[in-house]
Amino acid sequence: MTVHAFLLLAAALFALGLFGALTKRNTVIVLICIELMLNAVNLNLVAFSKFGVNPAITGQIFSLFSITVAAAEAAVGLAILIALYRNKATVQVEDMNEMKG
Amino acid sequence: MTQIAWIIPFFPLMTFLLCFIFQKREWHHLCSRVGIMTTGLALIGSITVLIGQMIFGNSEAVISWLSIGDTVFSIGYIVNPLNALMLVIVSLVSFLVHIYSKGYMAGEERLGTFYAYLGFFTFAMLALVLSPNLLQLYMFWELVGLGSFLLIGFYFHKAEARAAAKKAFLMTRVGDVGLLIGMILVFWQVGSLEFSAIFQAVSGGDMDSGMVTLVALLIFIGAVGKSGQFPLHSWLPDAMEGPTPVSALIHAATMVAAGVYLVATLFPLFEASDTAMLVVAITGAFTAIFAACIAIVQTDIKRVLAYSTVSQLGYMMLALGSAGYVAGVFHLTTHAFFKALLFLAAGSVIHAAHTQLIGEMGGLWKRMKGTGWLFLIGTLAIAGMPLFSGFFSKEEVLLAVWKEEHYVLFTLGLITAFLTAFYMFRLFFLVFMSKKIIPYKRRKKIFESPRVMILPMVVLALLAVGAGYIHTGWFGPFLGEWLASGNEYITLHPHEGAGWLMAVTTLLTFLGIWMAYLMYQKEKLDRNYLSEAFPGVYEAVLNGFFVDVLYQRTVVFATKCLGIVGTWVERYVIQGILHFIEDITILVTKLASKLQNGQVQTYGAMVGVGLVVLLLIGLMQGRFF
Repeated sequence: MTVHAFLLLAAALFALGLFGALTKRNTVIVLICIELMLNAVNLNLVAFSKFGVNPAITGQIFSLFSITVAAAEAAVGLAILIALYRNKATVQVEDMNEMKG
Repeated sequence: MTQIAWIIPFFPLMTFLLCFIFQKREWHHLCSRVGIMTTGLALIGSITVLIGQMIFGNSEAVISWLSIGDTVFSIGYIVNPLNALMLVIVSLVSFLVHIYSKGYMAGEERLGTFYAYLGFFTFAMLALVLSPNLLQLYMFWELVGLGSFLLIGFYFHKAEARAAAKKAFLMTRVGDVGLLIGMILVFWQVGSLEFSAIFQAVSGGDMDSGMVTLVALLIFIGAVGKSGQFPLHSWLPDAMEGPTPVSALIHAATMVAAGVYLVATLFPLFEASDTAMLVVAITGAFTAIFAACIAIVQTDIKRVLAYSTVSQLGYMMLALGSAGYVAGVFHLTTHAFFKALLFLAAGSVIHAAHTQLIGEMGGLWKRMKGTGWLFLIGTLAIAGMPLFSGFFSKEEVLLAVWKEEHYVLFTLGLITAFLTAFYMFRLFFLVFMSKKIIPYKRRKKIFESPRVMILPMVVLALLAVGAGYIHTGWFGPFLGEWLASGNEYITLHPHEGAGWLMAVTTLLTFLGIWMAYLMYQKEKLDRNYLSEAFPGVYEAVLNGFFVDVLYQRTVVFATKCLGIVGTWVERYVIQGILHFIEDITILVTKLASKLQNGQVQTYGAMVGVGLVVLLLIGLMQGRFF
């Protein structure tokens, strides 16, 4: 196994996540796609901690932090989404334009 | 005493300001009083200046107004015999017209505006004659044109008055362009627009003769426009749409004489060029006889007088062009008085009869004796009846032409003298004497005009009789000596050999009066004989030899075509290009504003695309910084 396989997988995951985050109309899907992108990054971190120029355990620990933060982020994001849904009765992204001048 | 000259124009300017501010109906009785008072003050000032000039001689004062590099433009005033005389004529006629208007314009809705305009015109005219340089003269030259425009169009609810005002403004503008070009040439050649500097350059030979001729002719075009000389004369008869006191002041006595005044002021310049002098003389003589022919067949009392004014102005030009400086100025003076008198008397007739058409008048002598006598005095003066002022000045003009040996022009002048007597007495007989009976109902309503209108006419009548004696062969040429004393460039021609000429002009005058008497009073001669024999010619003369039709078909038509083409270019080419630019801008901005839709996803996508583009550029360049 070389580092390229991991990096390609991570890049593919990131691209998928990015595409989804930019194109999907449903906010839940957008949140999931953001998780996907975070996980692609985590995958990179782990891959470099094993195959990097200076292999170290730091990368794996950093990815654990990242997963924790992602969990918190998902919790906050979903909470906001539910609050929005209660107000507007929709989860469509394009309807959430209250901040537009 | 002459130092107060600069203050004179400001009196009428005060009328303008006061009447313009207080033009409401309740102030009307004050407006006329203010107007009469200020012009009265101006008259007193003018007479003071005239006397001062006679005692202390010329004076001039200028202050620098603009300095551009080494060139200094100045404003100020100059007092010499010619403009002291003009000051008195202008302020006197203006004063009398102000008084007359109090009666004539009584009950007018916009009396305040009327007096304001009269004051404005008088201000501009007085300032014009005081100008010591061409630039200042040109400014006030345009301002009198504006005053004339406003007063001709005073009854702007009438379409004819609007058209006449526009025509007067545009036709005089044609002349003014000539004057402006002449001025620019003078400035280029002499480097100054002061009259004294111009005369020095001309007499010192600083300008070559071709340039002098060109400049003189261009300036003469300005005078042609203002003084209604052929071919720019046709605005003057139309200008009769204005109120009659205005016709008396502007279109008989003062503004139209400004062209003659201009030529007289710049006389040394004209005298330096034989060609220019000949052109002035020929234009004058032709205009004189041309307008006199038209005046014979006109049917509107004011138009007869208007054509007669054109004809008499031609006489003045003829005199000036024949080196008769004194004769021209003399005729200007006497003409100002008797023509103003005739116009005011005609106004009195119109005021009473409520019509301007000669055909609807007749036998008015019995109803309005005062006006009749005054009109007769004016008619005798203009016809050249011996002992009246017109006799002396006209004889002086013809004498100048004879001495200059322009025999053809002299003959034209004599014929004009005969025609003048004929058409003026035709007018007099038809209006006052003719046996034709006006329907009793209308005749009952005709009354003599109020005293406020008669009095100014009496003053003018006294002058129309007496003004001739300031320069005669019998008592001495006072005017000529005085004019020559204040102007080093004028040489006085000795007054001699006038006996036979007096006899000839008197004979022609009597012949004219006698023929008019036979034709229109006794009706022994058939008045329709010529018009029936040559209907085409009659038609042509009645319409002023179709000059207006010619202008309508050529100049006006061409201008209108140009206007249509210009409008088309404006509408479809220039506006088309502008609309195209506008549309493209709107399109681009619409596209750009679509991106700013407030959706985070779009912004994110833009960031992604931007990143990719930057990366691609970096890859192609082979470096990222």
